[in-house]
Amino acid sequence: MTNSLENNRLTRRFDALKAANRAALVVYVTASDPDAETSAALLAGLPGAGADIIELGMPFTDPMADGPAIQKAALRALASGACMDRTLDLVRDFRKTDAETPIVLMGYYNPIDSYGTARFAADAAQAGVDGVIVVDVPPEEADELQPILLSQGVAFICLATPTSDDARLEKILKYAGGFLYYVSILGITGTATAAADAVDVAVQRLKRHTNLPVAVGFGIKTPENAAAVARVADAAVVGSAVIDRLAAALDAKGRATPDLLPKVLAFVADLAKGVHMARNA
Amino acid sequence: MTSILSNSFTLGPDERGHFGPYGGRFVAETLMPLVLSVEKAFDEAQADPVFQAELTRYLTHFVGRPSPLYFAERLTADCGGAKIYFKREDLNHTGAHKVNNCIGQILLAKRMGKTRIIAETGAGQHGVATATVCALFGLPCIVYMGATDIARQQPNVFRMKLLGAEVRPVTSGAATLKDAMNEAMRDWVANVTDTYYLIGTVAGPHPYPKMVRDFQKIIGEEAKVQMQAMEGRLPDSLYAAVGGGSNSIGLFYPFLDEPSVKIVGVEAAGRGIASGEHAAPLSHGRSGVLHGSRTYLMQSDDGQITEAYSISAGLDYPGVGPEHSWLKDAGRIEFVSVTDDEALDAFHRTTRHEGIIPALESSHAIAQALKVAGDLPRDHIMLVSLSGRGDKDVDTVAKAMGAEL
Repeated sequence: MTNSLENNRLTRRFDALKAANRAALVVYVTASDPDAETSAALLAGLPGAGADIIELGMPFTDPMADGPAIQKAALRALASGACMDRTLDLVRDFRKTDAETPIVLMGYYNPIDSYGTARFAADAAQAGVDGVIVVDVPPEEADELQPILLSQGVAFICLATPTSDDARLEKILKYAGGFLYYVSILGITGTATAAADAVDVAVQRLKRHTNLPVAVGFGIKTPENAAAVARVADAAVVGSAVIDRLAAALDAKGRATPDLLPKVLAFVADLAKGVHMARNA
Repeated sequence: MTSILSNSFTLGPDERGHFGPYGGRFVAETLMPLVLSVEKAFDEAQADPVFQAELTRYLTHFVGRPSPLYFAERLTADCGGAKIYFKREDLNHTGAHKVNNCIGQILLAKRMGKTRIIAETGAGQHGVATATVCALFGLPCIVYMGATDIARQQPNVFRMKLLGAEVRPVTSGAATLKDAMNEAMRDWVANVTDTYYLIGTVAGPHPYPKMVRDFQKIIGEEAKVQMQAMEGRLPDSLYAAVGGGSNSIGLFYPFLDEPSVKIVGVEAAGRGIASGEHAAPLSHGRSGVLHGSRTYLMQSDDGQITEAYSISAGLDYPGVGPEHSWLKDAGRIEFVSVTDDEALDAFHRTTRHEGIIPALESSHAIAQALKVAGDLPRDHIMLVSLSGRGDKDVDTVAKAMGAEL
């Protein structure tokens, strides 16, 4: 298989961060939550607030691995008219002003399958997407998606979990590109937080199996949680806690208030401080 | 990629759980080791005579199998054509076919050393059957049920509670069966070590579609023998309602390789296909991926899952088992749909002419049989799956009639 990820923004960003001895802050937001315009403004503001990588959720009606915060975000987005075309448009708009911050799309397989996998891979690459995480495509089913993405230079980012034993890790790593996403808890997004030493042990184990950067997510809620992860892993992913800040800045009808951008971006800045200072402490 | 090479329709799925392009294991990585362990345990149980003997013992003495094959003489006379037979799954303990599968899976859960059972339910029939087998084996049982369904199926909710189950209302999404299944999967991800997910239909990731089919195929196996005894031959046509598809595949599977037998699956057309309010993914949906497998789904142009609707809560699901999708494409099963009103009419006719109150799910299958029976010769034998009894539906029927209870 051709390695077409050499020029991928994810590769470049992780290389640069490694040279600077600091971890990446990965911030998750759902595309078009609560509406396309607010979402575009939020995306544009994230790098300045300290997000090193953006994970952009593709809204889906049945997000089986997500907790209440991201479930509601998807429903808000869909109610505002979210669809795959609009999600890709958000990436295109973002790329007009930011050519370097990697964007990873995250979601479930059906909207991709419905769009058409080949068309999705081509359009995502053209829009400026660097990687894709599809929660319900494990290695057992990855043959129908991973090679198509890779042929367009888009990384197929795989999940490893506390239930992935060594044999499964090898299977996962056959498909994994960009970085390895470690789901640090048994559960859905935005619920429990893993103990820092358990994360440490898990990351060490993953590092013995792969040279890919390791990102840790699920249950990271505070700058302190994020900093603890950033000391041992290459990236900390924060999603539900960011969405909680966004949801708190909606009015009674679920519309964005003027507080939304400053509040969410201030929280991202706090997270970034935690992550970026973690290895200096 | 498929290894279903022979001209038999009964060899699926392949080792990866695929029925042609359908099925598979589209689940989060956290669940994959668990799904693989269920598959391994099921394969071992299938080959273990001790497991099979225990299963047979419970099916005989607890469920009350075999269920009778019944000649519906007065409905036959009323239609004036084909002979109509019912396979009486309504006479099983708990009143439907659902318990066949629950007994099988609870024995498997015990064998795997699991100590906590979760399930999803729509109408509550699978929830009641699961709560029943959990009471039988003394295992804690948590049933996820959409808040909307809880409101319209109160008697079943109370039944589950009487049996010791905890019924957890699901308010996410549209608060119906698909959301209950999402929530059960979320529970499973968080409790992988001790919990067994007892899925009620031939959906979900491999091995569930195959496993549930294998626990339900006793319906067709018995009917084949019983029909031989009563008529000395195979039936000419089979009819069963298709929601998720477990009673239908249970009846159909042993007949798939009998080319003389016409097989008809009946989906719910709800308020009419044109209204958009239906539950007929095979007739009016397209291929997609939900709840662990690739199958026909009701979905928007953008791949969002749309809400199903039927007067029958048990058919109210936007997906269907992957094996049905494959058998549709292969042309082995013909799928048709029946509206709420047609099902209600069949409900009343069966009640009045036969003294049998059928479930609204089963009424869909009966409706299709009654629709065509009059045009068929008198020596044509129809076999209809009477998958459940209709006591649970009397409130719904009263409401449809504008009657006060």
